[in-house]
Amino acid sequence: MTLLETRTTTHQLETRGLSLGYGDRLVVEELSLPVPTGQVSVVIGANGCGKSTLLRGMARLLPPAAGVVLLDGRDLHRMPSRSVAQVLGLLPQAPTAPEGITVADLVGRGRHPHQTWFRSWSAADEQAVTEALVLTDTLELAERPVDELSGGQRQRVWIAMALAQQTDLLLLDEPTTYLDLAHQVEVLDLLTDLNRRRGTTIVIVMHDLNLACRYADHLVALKDGHVVAAGPSHEVVTPETIAEVYGLTARVIDDPVSHTPTVIPVGRHHCG
Amino acid sequence: MTALREAPTALPADPVRGVRRNLRRRTVLTCAGLLGVLAAAFLASLVVGDFPLGVGDVVASLTGRGTRASDFIIYDLRLPRVLSGLLVGFALGMAGAVFQTMLRNPLASPDIIGITAGASAAAVTALLLFGLSGVAVAASAFGGALVTALAIYLLAWRQGVAGTRLVLVGIGVGAVLLSVIDFLMTRAQVNDAQVALVWLTGSLNGADAAALRPLAVLVVVVVPLTLWASRTLSGLQLGDDTARALGVGVERSRLLLMLFAVALAAVATSVAGPVGFVAFVSGPISRQLTGTAGAGLVPAGLVGAAVVTLADFAGQHLLPLQLPVGVLTAAVGAPYLIYLLLRTNAASARKG
Repeated sequence: MTLLETRTTTHQLETRGLSLGYGDRLVVEELSLPVPTGQVSVVIGANGCGKSTLLRGMARLLPPAAGVVLLDGRDLHRMPSRSVAQVLGLLPQAPTAPEGITVADLVGRGRHPHQTWFRSWSAADEQAVTEALVLTDTLELAERPVDELSGGQRQRVWIAMALAQQTDLLLLDEPTTYLDLAHQVEVLDLLTDLNRRRGTTIVIVMHDLNLACRYADHLVALKDGHVVAAGPSHEVVTPETIAEVYGLTARVIDDPVSHTPTVIPVGRHHCG
Repeated sequence: MTALREAPTALPADPVRGVRRNLRRRTVLTCAGLLGVLAAAFLASLVVGDFPLGVGDVVASLTGRGTRASDFIIYDLRLPRVLSGLLVGFALGMAGAVFQTMLRNPLASPDIIGITAGASAAAVTALLLFGLSGVAVAASAFGGALVTALAIYLLAWRQGVAGTRLVLVGIGVGAVLLSVIDFLMTRAQVNDAQVALVWLTGSLNGADAAALRPLAVLVVVVVPLTLWASRTLSGLQLGDDTARALGVGVERSRLLLMLFAVALAAVATSVAGPVGFVAFVSGPISRQLTGTAGAGLVPAGLVGAAVVTLADFAGQHLLPLQLPVGVLTAAVGAPYLIYLLLRTNAASARKG
């Protein structure tokens, strides 16, 4: 078999009038957002704007205070968890591995939604795990304990776990935070490959605006739980949007490598 | 990472299979070794005693060809005790491993978070305040463990139960219950207090054929249920968010697992009292032996059984004075608790 054989993604995710919060405090309010199928969406916004909360809501980690999350037109929170988990994967922010767990064991746990009590480990599981390890270039680490790995390796292993789940939709909460620039680019390249070859719909929450502009087919800018702008990055990222979303004066220039927008912040010092 | 590798036509010779096979082999070998230890301890416990029997006498009795004297010693005295020890240890070991894995915290075992203290407090109350005895006391202990677990769960509930909060609440509840026991003991008659003392340390002295029955029921009913429910543990072990992303119904699974594990700890405690630290050390020991990060409920149960039977054997025959099993398990477990607390402290100091 070949890796990343093309599949047609048919699963669609969208939120309608979605409000999310903790206790009485609403963080996301009446947000309606279709996730473009088969594309890489990146959600940006200032700290505390509700982007991680939105992702948690879309992955049914948080029940809606109002509105719905629709997966193929059905209310996500009323679907059986296992069938959702076969279609929709999530890599949480800063996940923690049990002490002493090996890479192969951890990645294998991504197969949980495909297993039952009676059919606990199959050839298909083994193939999916090996494939995920090859894709993330962690095959040589298979026997190593996760706690002994470097930050970049560990993040690749977690992504491998999410890949082993073989979902058509993959949500990632700040997968590049804590990684150096080279590793950030590697992770984003990997996700782009996954999207292009397998057709996986990907939603990433991240902070680095310039990388977000470069890797997003669809960029969503959030402020105080509302969508300020959504669309291709050259439409979304303007000095006006940056000012509104971050309260920051900035210039937007052309990225000489990718010809996507690059944000140059203007502060009080060193700005001519 | 060299971006994404160009799609090769075939996957490499599968190291995943090898890794998994090695882990499984080591688990099987560990279980076999532990069963060997248990068999030896079982036989030694039947042979050694005030009235020494030969291995031949024991085998004769067990196969129904013994003398009346050897039958009495085996069936009425030694066999119920050693079987109780095996089953109590197995139940405690498994219960501890369930709690520790589910709450992702090595401190979260039923003997640390006050559940066995709840059983003791209820038993002592039944003995000293209501003058109950025998099965009624054991039943109170069982009920006490369940009520305590429920109370801890409710007190720790804030839109879901987090491991650390449950551990802290449990330690607090345990402290309250221990002071209840102390209070009752200071007001008790000397003779009653002597009986109630069992509920403070844990002992197999009272183990007889009648006490064995609830334990046997436990093994037949609750252990398979626990194993059935344990499929979600591998997800829960990765944290609530990851578990949910993997399709685990987190709250439901946790409630179910907690119910079964409390039942295991409760029945064990109602038979032998709070045999300290067995639940606490079994999981970590079995994980060291098997080299896996999984829950390993069966090896943990076997380690628990080995700890209790070996400690009881040592307490009866190897030391200059006879000691209840709970004193010996505490002597082994308490240093480990201190080590764990020191290590946790050092780790949080490094992080903070």
